[in-house]
Amino acid sequence: MRRFVIGQAKNLIDQTRRRQRHHKSLRLLSLLAASDSALVLSSPRLFSSSSDMSGSGSDSSSSSLPVTLDSLNPKVLKCEYAVRGEIVNIAQKLQEDLKINKDAYPFDEIIYCNIGNPQSLGQQPITFFREVLALCSHTALLDESATHGLFSSDSIDRAWKILDQIPGKATGAYSHSQGIKGLRDAIAAGIEARDGFPADPNDIFMTDGASPGVHMMMQLLISSEKDGILCPIPQYPLYSASIALHGGSLVPYYLDEASGWGLEISELKKQLEDARSKGITVRALAVINPGNPTGQVLAEENQREIVDFCKKEGLVLLADEVYQENVYVPDKKFHSFKKVARSMGYGENDVCLVSFQSISKGYYGECGKRGGYMEVTGFTSDVRAQIYKLASVNLCSNISGQILASLVMSPPKPGDDSYESYIAEKEGILSSLAKRAKTLEEALNKLEGVTCNRAEGAMYLFPCINLPQKAIAAAEAAKTAPDAFYCKRLLNATGIVVVPGSGFRQVPGTWHFRCTILPQEEKIPAIVNRLTEFHKNFMDEFRN
Amino acid sequence: MALEYDLLNENVKKCQYAVRGELYLRASELQKEGKKIIFTNVGNPHALGQKPLTFPRQVVALCQAPFLLDDPNVGMLFPADAIARAKHYLSLTSGGLGAYSDSRGLPGVRKEVAEFIQRRDGYPSDPELIFLTDGASKGVMQILNCVIRGEGDGILVPVPQYPLYSATISLLGGSLVPYYLDESENWGLDVNNLRQSVAQARSQGISVRAMVIINPGNPTGQCLSEANLKEILKFCYNEKLVLLGDEVYQQNIYQDERPFISSKKVLMDMGSPFSKGVQLVSFHTVSKGYWGECGQRGGYFEMTNFPPRVVEEIYKVASIALSPNVSAQIFMGLMVSPPKPGDISYDQFARESKGILESLRRRAKIMTDGFNSCKNVVCNFTEGAMYSFPQIRLPPGALQAAKQAGKVPDVFYCLKLLEATGISTVPGSGFGQKEGVFHLRTTILPAEEEMPEIMDSFKKFNDEFMAQYENGFGYSRM
Repeated sequence: MRRFVIGQAKNLIDQTRRRQRHHKSLRLLSLLAASDSALVLSSPRLFSSSSDMSGSGSDSSSSSLPVTLDSLNPKVLKCEYAVRGEIVNIAQKLQEDLKINKDAYPFDEIIYCNIGNPQSLGQQPITFFREVLALCSHTALLDESATHGLFSSDSIDRAWKILDQIPGKATGAYSHSQGIKGLRDAIAAGIEARDGFPADPNDIFMTDGASPGVHMMMQLLISSEKDGILCPIPQYPLYSASIALHGGSLVPYYLDEASGWGLEISELKKQLEDARSKGITVRALAVINPGNPTGQVLAEENQREIVDFCKKEGLVLLADEVYQENVYVPDKKFHSFKKVARSMGYGENDVCLVSFQSISKGYYGECGKRGGYMEVTGFTSDVRAQIYKLASVNLCSNISGQILASLVMSPPKPGDDSYESYIAEKEGILSSLAKRAKTLEEALNKLEGVTCNRAEGAMYLFPCINLPQKAIAAAEAAKTAPDAFYCKRLLNATGIVVVPGSGFRQVPGTWHFRCTILPQEEKIPAIVNRLTEFHKNFMDEFRN
Repeated sequence: MALEYDLLNENVKKCQYAVRGELYLRASELQKEGKKIIFTNVGNPHALGQKPLTFPRQVVALCQAPFLLDDPNVGMLFPADAIARAKHYLSLTSGGLGAYSDSRGLPGVRKEVAEFIQRRDGYPSDPELIFLTDGASKGVMQILNCVIRGEGDGILVPVPQYPLYSATISLLGGSLVPYYLDESENWGLDVNNLRQSVAQARSQGISVRAMVIINPGNPTGQCLSEANLKEILKFCYNEKLVLLGDEVYQQNIYQDERPFISSKKVLMDMGSPFSKGVQLVSFHTVSKGYWGECGQRGGYFEMTNFPPRVVEEIYKVASIALSPNVSAQIFMGLMVSPPKPGDISYDQFARESKGILESLRRRAKIMTDGFNSCKNVVCNFTEGAMYSFPQIRLPPGALQAAKQAGKVPDVFYCLKLLEATGISTVPGSGFGQKEGVFHLRTTILPAEEEMPEIMDSFKKFNDEFMAQYENGFGYSRM
């Protein structure tokens, strides 16, 4: 009897789920980026699935299989990540087709401006870092005399130093679950040198990129949809996706585009109270500094307000600082939240702060190596034990990424053999990034109906497009978000891949796209020309 | 205080992972105090002296520093085939090791994995259904995350099991449905046990969604027979379970009666309706086998009979993590397409690989025999994988002492073992076992030349421990 009842219940649940999804996609057609408790991040992807609502396709014929779309974890279905979403899929198909149908397109290559992946667009890795990694990869090299002719002397010294910190010099062994102790010591020393305040290697948890660290914290903080995390709008969609995956609630706070994407404490307060009035326990505040996609660098005064706010309201401060080495304007400077908190007089036990750093950005751009860490301060030892436990289930992060993270936080110093070339490479990359940021920002601001805040830092521009009503209507007819409509047209006309603003969320009724500043300098003029021409044609077609 | 222990996600608090739990932490403390510790708590070959294979390290070193390839003297340090292979893998990337790859892994490497699977099994494999991951563990977590919707969803897991499964199910808020392996039958799997477990779970309102097999087993080492695999696949077909085939130890086989046969091959051999009707996810890694490259964090999973829309969703979740680390992807490529006879590096590669595997086979025997020579210890032979899982028959006196110390009996035993000998193991309770039956897991990885001493040390401790706690008690009292 019970089995029959369970079967009936399951059918009911499946039917309800199917109906809910149909309603969801209809709702999204009418208004995107609704500011409700927003478990669902609107994105073009959901529209592609609405066309399959009839239940056709191979999924229905395989309904006897246990794992089908309808029986997947709903949190998986809910989450979205536009950075590698629909637009990128289309671009990849175009790229494949370009190989065989060169003449069918008004462009001869796809330029991926959707993702902060510098080395895929020609940026070179820092030589010293790669020398050390190569020596640590194949330690037999250190016993060969010929090695001295191929590697700088300080890279050889550094490799020895690192290997001495690894038990048995075994770079292929699982390490301590927080990362190799000696490397954490180097990172802690680097943090201290940066901030002027001490760092404890035991506070450091090394991860495969910064993203797994963010996931760990969400897992820790979120027990149900009653747990909310304050996130900036616009935000890097790792946060919304992670919150959705862990079943929590994203509590949005809007950055002010008119004031250079400023963060107002009054807005934080308002959103916090709003969430609380809906029965949500807000557990943490995520701040991305420098911002992604918005690029603003917070003023120190602002940071102090934020620290006080978190302290007062009992929030964990999640400080995403992966772009700390990407600051392009002379009137702003990066200050870590740890430094700000300590300089305000808050000690180790006073503020719950998790600071994230990565080897993927900065001037090193080592995305594919997957290295990063979080510095966890202000938690009691029983909470830290839980973080350790979570880290231990995955054993450890990849050793090569750990080594690179320690190099990033303790690079060559004046007097070192490699220092001159290191500095030349670093400054070359950073000054070029600053130049490209400015060039693209200026070009975007020249476009009709487009305003673009300057990129103070990070790797992106996030222009605001004032889309004419005709374009919005055309988008609706095509069952696409207006900014996605624009971006698809842009892709098909120019081969340039950008991410629609709805992937990051934005004030309802406004439209943006995110474009990286990463294509090599020599490509920038062509990109500007193609973009300008496309935009003119687009406006000619849709102008009111 | 913004984050109190009480406010943490209960699922996090509930989850346990003994492999790096209490025993390991205590061992680390003792090591800091200067005691010599032999870490046999985790399958971490290089940490116990196993050397990395030369060829892959040469290739990856060149990929780390591609400017070496431009140097006219590179041939002095690297053989020509390593140089060629490095160029090959770099050409598969879009910017070298430092660029995010496709979120599923480099297409070129996935193609090599597919070719490997095809050679191994004799059936075609689709690279689009192969995802590379930062270690096999990440892949397991991703799949379970798709399958588990809530505590109403149960996953069949062998007991004893590798606690990644119990920890992940806990974290995801699902239910673990245990099926007991039979120690008296070399840790064999009886389908009747499976049926019983499933029936019991369903009677509690649990929807059993998936079944995990670890073949060769961890911690138990048993290699499943083809007949057994057929039964399991039939069972999954009938009960509509997706099968998770953890095959990370497929290269570690120490007997000849039951060579490794993949779940996929058996499934395809069975033909219709099974070959199209059973959903299977197979996992592999660069961490085990004779490679032992744990620190690289390289793995993959292959999906069979997954609808395209589901594969899309899994791809979507993978994309949030952007991409698996590229160096490990290259290790994976090298593992599935190693040097061939005729290649410059072949002889060295074959010699190194053979040396490791033969030594592991010898060590499996040394350890099994060593344990079986100890009082109150019974140990099944390690047919595969990297562990020994002896049963320790603790006398009532020891059980009492453990209770007084506030410790689970096998934890008590293992802590005493650690303090007396420096041997750091994982208590059987970390893997699950039948009520009242105790084990410990150790690895067969300590260097061969150190094995006899380690086994002597263990025997001395064990026999003294048994003498101490049997004193005045003994089984006659039962």
